[in-house]
Amino acid sequence: MFTTLKQRSGSNMEIPKSFLGYKRENGRAGTRNHVIILPVDDISNACAEAVANNIKGTIALPHSYGRLQFGADLELHFRTMIGTAKNPNVAAAIIIGIEPKWTKRIVDEVAKTGKPVEGFSIEGAGDIETIMKASKKAQEFSMWASEKQREECPISDLWISVKCGESDTTSGLASNPTVGNLMDKLEPLGVHLCFGETSELTGAETVCEKRGKTPEAQEKFKKTWNEYNDFILKEATDDLSESQPTAGNIAGGLTTIEEKAFGNFQKIGSRQFVDVLTPAEEPQKGPGLYFMDTSSAAAECVTLQAAGGFNIHLFPTGQGNIIGNPIEPVVKLTANPLTAVSMKEHIDCDVSKILSREMNLDQAGDELIKATIRTANGRLTCAEALGHREFVMTKLYRSA
Amino acid sequence: MATDIIIHDEKDNVGVVVIEKITPKQDCSCWIMENDKTVNIQSEDEIPLGHKIAMSDLNEGDTIIKYGHDIGKVVKSIKKGEHVHVHNVKTKKW
Repeated sequence: MFTTLKQRSGSNMEIPKSFLGYKRENGRAGTRNHVIILPVDDISNACAEAVANNIKGTIALPHSYGRLQFGADLELHFRTMIGTAKNPNVAAAIIIGIEPKWTKRIVDEVAKTGKPVEGFSIEGAGDIETIMKASKKAQEFSMWASEKQREECPISDLWISVKCGESDTTSGLASNPTVGNLMDKLEPLGVHLCFGETSELTGAETVCEKRGKTPEAQEKFKKTWNEYNDFILKEATDDLSESQPTAGNIAGGLTTIEEKAFGNFQKIGSRQFVDVLTPAEEPQKGPGLYFMDTSSAAAECVTLQAAGGFNIHLFPTGQGNIIGNPIEPVVKLTANPLTAVSMKEHIDCDVSKILSREMNLDQAGDELIKATIRTANGRLTCAEALGHREFVMTKLYRSA
Repeated sequence: MATDIIIHDEKDNVGVVVIEKITPKQDCSCWIMENDKTVNIQSEDEIPLGHKIAMSDLNEGDTIIKYGHDIGKVVKSIKKGEHVHVHNVKTKKW
């Protein structure tokens, strides 16, 4: 029996069975309709940004890596690039790299979804000629995508990722359990769900392991967490007891790393995970909850989840993290009444009334479901309206 | 209905203060979120927002339960209504 967030009978809200999304060629549905200009490597950023500047209705996704990476780190780079372009929130993609070979590898994989994709390489042509050619194609894609209409899609087409940030005691008390309440209500409807933050589960790792639905899933989680912990023990100068919880956490009332971890863990409600994903890996085992091995840094984590195919993100915050993502809308909620007022322009869903008991978890979960559906239907998130497009690649080790 | 303290799970032996602070000998209303029940407790210490109060007497070596889970061990005995924090509770991890 799992604790804390059993669904109570207090809720009268009927959960919507559908949302208005963009149906894609491969059967997935998008909550957004982006045409992306994706650089394969750091030195192709200028070209990608020039194309996006030329052609309205497109966005460039500049980043810092993609040269002289090797092994698992290079594979993660490709998985992130390919997954980002394959995400159903992307209608069409232009891929620009310095060399034809790596560019083509990404284009070929993205093309399997059936969406329009074209690659350009700069070597031998130079920036200006590449910008001209890519711009012509980008114009075609942008005008084509602009005719796409939202259609009714079953709620099971939602792939929801979660991660919290700038947490304080209100996160574990109320905003994380609100996300857990949403998961408990939506999982039975066939949605895909994803949580990550390997490091932040330290202290709750054995309980988390037991949430694996199968012995294989449990074993995979154990192996993933152990590898992370070995890495920490190898790199760290102490046992983290001085840094987890942080001085700020302790001042706020958090006593132990276990307490912090269980506060984080409230986000998955009473769900069990069906599988463990490597960073940016796409789920293959059908609907349900997945754990993805990610950093706990907000932008890195969301970028990996978006590359895994997730099309809407829920982000509980205490002190007020402001993160957004270029292709996956990030819905922010807070239970901190001060943050809800002082950083109002960043908060999509205010559940601070939980603390004064004017709202229970069930009602808060319903409010979050409403905010999620409105966002899926097309309402801009605060982060989108404010222009937050943090696209941050995870790097496993230094380049050659 | 206002509340001074929130308790996540019926099994928890600590609650979290959700008003600016509670003062010694204050009669506090506690909301158990899991089952929406109310219980009362009288505080022994001044405890600030976000910090924990003991819901029962705890001896050295006892386990602190929050969210229904083990979050650490008691290293100095704690009376019902007292402040629970780094001065009387430690992680079991290290």
